[in-house]
Amino acid sequence: MATAPLPLHPSTPRLLDERGDLGAELRTIGMVWERELIRFVRTRTRILSSFVQPILFLFVLGYGMTTLVGTTAGFTFKKFVFPGVVAMSVVMTAIFSAISIVWDREFGFLREMVVAPVSRSSLVIGKTLGGSSIATVQGTIMLVLAPLIGVHLTAVLVGQVIGLELLMAVGLTSFGVFVASRIQRIEAFQVVMQLLLLPMLFLSGAMFPLKGLPTWLAVLTRLNPVTYAVDPLRRVVFAAQAMPPAAAARFSTGISMFGTTLSLSAEIGIFCVFTAVFLALAVVGFGKPE
Amino acid sequence: MPAVTTIAEPAAASAAAGRTLAVEVSSLVKRYGVVEAVKGVSFDVGRGEIFALLGPNGAGKSTTIKMLCTLALPTDGTARVGGFDVRRQPKAVRRRIGLVFQEQTLDDQLTAEENLRFHAVLYRVPRHEVDARIDRVLRLVALEGRRKDLVSTFSGGMARRLEIARGMLHTPTVLFLDEPTVGLDPQTRALMWDDVKRLREEEGVTILLTTHYMDEAEYADRIAIIDHGQIVALDSPDALKRKVGQDTVELTTADNALAASRLAAAGSRCQEGGEAVVVFTTDGESQVARLIEIAGVPVSNVHVHRPTLDDVFLHFTGRQIREDQGERVPSMAVRARAGRH
Ligand SMILES: Nc1ncnc2c1ncn2[C@@H]1O[C@H](COP(=O)(O)OP(=O)(O)OP(=O)(O)O)[C@@H](O)[C@H]1O
Ligand SMILES: [Mg+2]
Repeated sequence: MATAPLPLHPSTPRLLDERGDLGAELRTIGMVWERELIRFVRTRTRILSSFVQPILFLFVLGYGMTTLVGTTAGFTFKKFVFPGVVAMSVVMTAIFSAISIVWDREFGFLREMVVAPVSRSSLVIGKTLGGSSIATVQGTIMLVLAPLIGVHLTAVLVGQVIGLELLMAVGLTSFGVFVASRIQRIEAFQVVMQLLLLPMLFLSGAMFPLKGLPTWLAVLTRLNPVTYAVDPLRRVVFAAQAMPPAAAARFSTGISMFGTTLSLSAEIGIFCVFTAVFLALAVVGFGKPE
Repeated sequence: MPAVTTIAEPAAASAAAGRTLAVEVSSLVKRYGVVEAVKGVSFDVGRGEIFALLGPNGAGKSTTIKMLCTLALPTDGTARVGGFDVRRQPKAVRRRIGLVFQEQTLDDQLTAEENLRFHAVLYRVPRHEVDARIDRVLRLVALEGRRKDLVSTFSGGMARRLEIARGMLHTPTVLFLDEPTVGLDPQTRALMWDDVKRLREEEGVTILLTTHYMDEAEYADRIAIIDHGQIVALDSPDALKRKVGQDTVELTTADNALAASRLAAAGSRCQEGGEAVVVFTTDGESQVARLIEIAGVPVSNVHVHRPTLDDVFLHFTGRQIREDQGERVPSMAVRARAGRH
C-alpha cells in the first residue's frame, strides 16, 4: 500500500522534510511577533487600561504611604516604590498579553497556526516576544513619571532598566503563555490570572522592602519568581541615585537567603532559570494534537 | 530502457489501479472517551482526485479530516497523506496540505491581506512569489477590492471566501475543505466550485472535502458516504446511483397501451400507468430517442428521472439527509466550542 512520498509542489522550496529550516522558523517568529504588535496597536482600550493601573498604584501607594512611612534622609517612599511600579506595569502587561492565545483558541486562529508546518517553539517564541515587547514599551513609558517622583535618570540607567524590563517581560509572558495554553475559556483565564497576579505582585517586594519580614512572608517572597526581577530593577535605579546611608538602610535592596545576600547576577540568574522553565512548559503545552 | 520499466512496475502496481495515492487511510479509529467518533474507516484518494465525504451531522467527517491534518491523533489505524504517516511524520504532512476548517479561523483584527501574509510566511511561500499569489487568490474569490479591510468588517460569506483563498495560497498537494460552502450564496458557491476545479486542472491539487449537500457531492470524482463513523458506500456518483436503482423514463403518449406493448416486445421492462408509460432502463437520457422510436406513437411529454444522491443516502442509511442541516452558518458559540476540540 505504501507509496513513495510525493514531491513537494515545484514552487515550494525544496527542503528536507522533517528538519526545520532556520530561516523559515525565524521568519515565523517575526511574523507572529508582528501580529501581536499590530493587534495591540489596534486595541486602544488595552493600551489605556494597562497605563491606568500602575499610575493609580504609584499615586495611591506612593503618596498615601509616604505620609505614613515618612521620609528618611530626604528619600521618600515614592522613590522606593517607583521601580516597583515600573515592574508591576511590565508584569501585568506581560502576563495579560498571553490572553491573546485564549482569544486565538476561541476564535479558531490558533488552529491556523498549529497546523502550519512550523515548530511549536517558533510560535511560542513569537508570541512571547510579542507580548514582551509590548510590556517593555509599557514599562519604559512609565519612566516619564520619574522626574515627577524625583528619581534621577541617566542614559545608562535607562538602558539597564530596559534590559531588565525585557528579561522580566519574557519570563512573565512565557508564564502567561504556559497558563493560557492550558486554559480553554477567556473567563477562566481572567480569573486564574487575577488569582495569581495579585499575590505575585504583592509578594515580590515591589511595594515593600524584603528585609525584616516575618518568616512565612519571607519564604513566600523567596518562592516568587517576580521577586528576582523586581530587586535587580530597584538595585540599578537606586545605584544611580545619591542615597544617604540612612535611606539605603531603611529602603534596602538585595534578597537575603540562607544567611547570605544574593548578588545582582545571582538574582538575574535565578530569574533566567524560571524563564527557561516557563518557556519550556509553554512550548510543551502549546498546540498539542487531540 | 526495459530495466527501468521493470523496476518502476511494482511501485505503480502497489497503488490501486495504477494511481499515485495522495491519501491512504486504513482502519482509522478515533475515540473521545466513550464516544467513538470514527469507527475504522478506510479509503484511498488518488492524486488530482476530488473526493467527497458525505454524511449527516456527527457522522465523523471533521474528525477524520482532523486526523489526516495531524490535528488529532488517531486512536487506531494508519493514515498517510502525500506518502507520509500522519502520526510519525506530522511535519512532512503539514508541508503538503492546505486546510479550510469548518469553523472560521481568520484573525478578524487583521486585514485580508495581513491574514494572507501571515499564512504565506508560515507555509514558506517564497518571498518573491508572495505578492503575485496574494493577488491571484484574492481575484479568484473576488475580494481584491477588500484586501486592505479588516476581516471584522466582512460578511460571513466573504470571510469564508477569504479562508478558501488562504487554503489555496501555498498550492498544497492535498487541499482539505471541511464544509467549504456553508454560508455561501448559490453564486459564490458555484464560483468556489469553479475555483476548486481549476485548481485541480492547473495545479494538480488533490481535493478532499466534506459536505452535507447532495448536489455538491456530485462534483466529486468519488464519494464516500459516512454515517455513524463508518463508510457505508464508496464509489463514483454515477456508480452509486446505479447501485441504488435504474433510471426511469416516463413517456406520455397518444396511446400508452400500444406504446407499452411495443416496448415490452422490444425487450424493455416497462409499466403502463394511467397517464404514461414508465420504462426502467440504464442511462435513460441516451435511450430516449430509441424508446420513442420503438413506441411508434406520438409522444407529448418525456421525463427522465435519475436517482439522486438523496436517494443514494436514503438507500444506504435508511435516513434522509436533511437539507436544512447544511444551511446554518456556525454561530459564535458553536464556533467557539468547536474550536476547543
Ligand atoms: N473533541 C471531541 N470530544 C468529544 N467528542 C467529540 C469531539 N470531537 C467530535 N466529537 C464527537 O465525534 C462525533 C463526530 O463528530 P464530527 O465533528 O467528526 O462530525 P461531523 O461529521 O463533522 O459533523 P458535522 O456535519 O456536524 O460537522 C460526534 O458525535 C461528536 O460529538
Ligand atoms: Mg464537521
